[in-house]
Amino acid sequence: MTTADPQAIGAVPPSNSLGAIVRRRLEALKAGDVGTLPIILGLVAIVAFFYWKNENYLSAGNFTNLMTQMAGVTTIAIGVVFVLLLGEIDLSISYVSGVAGVIAAQLQIPDESWQVKGVLAIAIAVTVTALIGGVQGGFVAFVGIPSFVVTLAGLLFWQGVILYVIGGAGVIVIEDSTINNVANYFFSDTAGYLIAAGASALFAASTLAGLISRRRHGIQTDNLVVVAAKLALFVVVIFGAVLWANRERGFPLAFLLVIVFLVFWTWVAERTTFGRHVYAVGGNAEAARRAGINVPRVRVIVFMISGLMAGLGGVIFAARLNSVDLNAGGGTLLLDAISAAVIGGTSLFGGRGRVISALMGALVISTVANGIDLLGYSSAIKYMVTGLILLAAVTLDALSRRRLERSGR
Amino acid sequence: MTATAETTPTASATPTLEARGIRKSFGSVDALSEVDFEVRSGEVMALVGDNGAGKSTLIKCIAGIHPLDDGEVRFDGERVSISGPKDAVKLGIEVVYQDLALCDNLDVVQNIYLGREERDWIGRLREAPMEKRTAETLRGLRVTTIRSIRQQVARLSGGQRQSVAIGRAVMWNSRVVILDEPTAALGVAQTQQVLELVRRLSEQGLAVVLISHNLHDIFEVADRITVLRLGRNVAVYERSATTQQEVVHAITAGIPTKVAGISSMEEPA
Ligand SMILES: Nc1ncnc2c1ncn2[C@@H]1O[C@H](COP(=O)(O)OP(=O)(O)O)[C@@H](O)[C@H]1O
Ligand SMILES: [Mg+2]
Repeated sequence: MTTADPQAIGAVPPSNSLGAIVRRRLEALKAGDVGTLPIILGLVAIVAFFYWKNENYLSAGNFTNLMTQMAGVTTIAIGVVFVLLLGEIDLSISYVSGVAGVIAAQLQIPDESWQVKGVLAIAIAVTVTALIGGVQGGFVAFVGIPSFVVTLAGLLFWQGVILYVIGGAGVIVIEDSTINNVANYFFSDTAGYLIAAGASALFAASTLAGLISRRRHGIQTDNLVVVAAKLALFVVVIFGAVLWANRERGFPLAFLLVIVFLVFWTWVAERTTFGRHVYAVGGNAEAARRAGINVPRVRVIVFMISGLMAGLGGVIFAARLNSVDLNAGGGTLLLDAISAAVIGGTSLFGGRGRVISALMGALVISTVANGIDLLGYSSAIKYMVTGLILLAAVTLDALSRRRLERSGR
Repeated sequence: MTATAETTPTASATPTLEARGIRKSFGSVDALSEVDFEVRSGEVMALVGDNGAGKSTLIKCIAGIHPLDDGEVRFDGERVSISGPKDAVKLGIEVVYQDLALCDNLDVVQNIYLGREERDWIGRLREAPMEKRTAETLRGLRVTTIRSIRQQVARLSGGQRQSVAIGRAVMWNSRVVILDEPTAALGVAQTQQVLELVRRLSEQGLAVVLISHNLHDIFEVADRITVLRLGRNVAVYERSATTQQEVVHAITAGIPTKVAGISSMEEPA
């Protein structure tokens, strides 16, 4: 009892040599923690397949097209990630996104007495959808109705609202250039490079700050080679994307917005107390409650985030079409957004997943959809393929969860 | 009383924590009826009783997990209202729950700091100091088998999980530490460590409540023993003035000291 154990925790920290890291990663893999591996392999396979079928697939034109195409779904899927982390679901997101489009479109109608322009119109629209999310979340958190049911009601209700508001005209054209620019503005070559440089600098600075803080507290830092490799990969990807986009129209504003959303919400999820509590509630709500976490508050805020991101996605969609019509929020949008989060690796069982999975999953769905369109196959094929990918992703999730439970105790 | 004074020289006169007339029912099940309980600083109070006697329920009522149906809680002699886990923590009451109440998807550091994360002025988590103190705490508890405190709790063994739950309760400046069957999942060596920890905490002047089925362990560390049976008080014994047989008898066939109303509280089997 009094003799200090040399193996004691902290006395001999686990090695962080490259070999040890690879070994730990393999162990985690065996234990069921597959991480981003399947999705990256899947993406490579998808891209290789379509490129083999049609060389235009990787052309700069198609690439910028892809980026604007997936911006809306990715934005909505970020909100889905938070809801799934709680172990809940939000089926209303598609029509709530449509509501945001309708509000922004209504507000900008010229010559109306209520006319509100540009950013303010967008702000009002997404504030309303955040509040819609909050109300739905309130029913889940305080009344105790399953989110599935509450948001199913929301799905019907908000679809009805959209039909009611634009049913007569059938379509509202958006003339406000600020709103339209959300999805139709492309940065100049120079601006694109400046953005890439700025993002790289930010990434480097935050990495460095993390390293310094750990060193100052005398805690083992991550392997520097791995840290440098991550940074290098980030720089290569972002400059590569800008370089490629610049061969055509340039880097799209919509995708910059997506990156900003991803960075901000990743920060919230992984670096703030609130994010930590979201994971805790999703992992074990009763334990979270006993730890003094205000569980209903966390739930309501998460549904507000869902509504907010759905609204922002809806504005991107409306801007892309320069209008909203009776189809706003319809089609496969709901399933695409939820599939994106799940395919990207966020667990349906709550507590596991990362914000970046919204992008990863949206990439898979969009690259498949875009490739199938390019090859001239029908929507039928698109749905079947996407369905199979979703099934594969969910199976992987269920299997890895089972393994994770079996390892350990 | 003199025997108790010998073993716990710092034990004070006013109970640090005192519960009076606690009633709690779940639907038609009366889990607790008119239960009194107290623990003083510097003493180890054992809480024993058969399965379903209401031990965990009593603890949860004190910790603000369950609202009381009736009764009052006093802290340092003053009546307090504990309407949630936060209130209990503010008073300095820490609990290691029987089911541990850990989040499997979070790592050791995240679990230990859950609900009271350290953060800077813009709300960012301060991971480095949290990680450092977690390592120190576990080292202080002689937890030697957890390889990385950055691994998910789901990957840990039962004993390791127990250590994490205990670590979470003892690393704060608490006044009362309640351990609900903390040694149930532990081996012989680790059980001894927990019992030593219990003794050390009481020597530091904390009020310690230990729930256990192992009377041998209890007679090793406890100063007093409260016996519950079928949600009622049976007796409070001085450890030095009783025997294991007497306590066993009280657990299995003790007559409730206060019988309020219903006398149909027959033992099921
Ligand atoms: N959350 C609950 N809902 C319904 N009944 C409960 C709940 N918690 C405990 N009980 C009941 O209360 C009684 C006391 O349980 P408990 O306090 O867990 O006993 P102990 O910890 O002494 O074994 C049991 O009859 C149990 O079934
Ligand atoms: Mg119990």
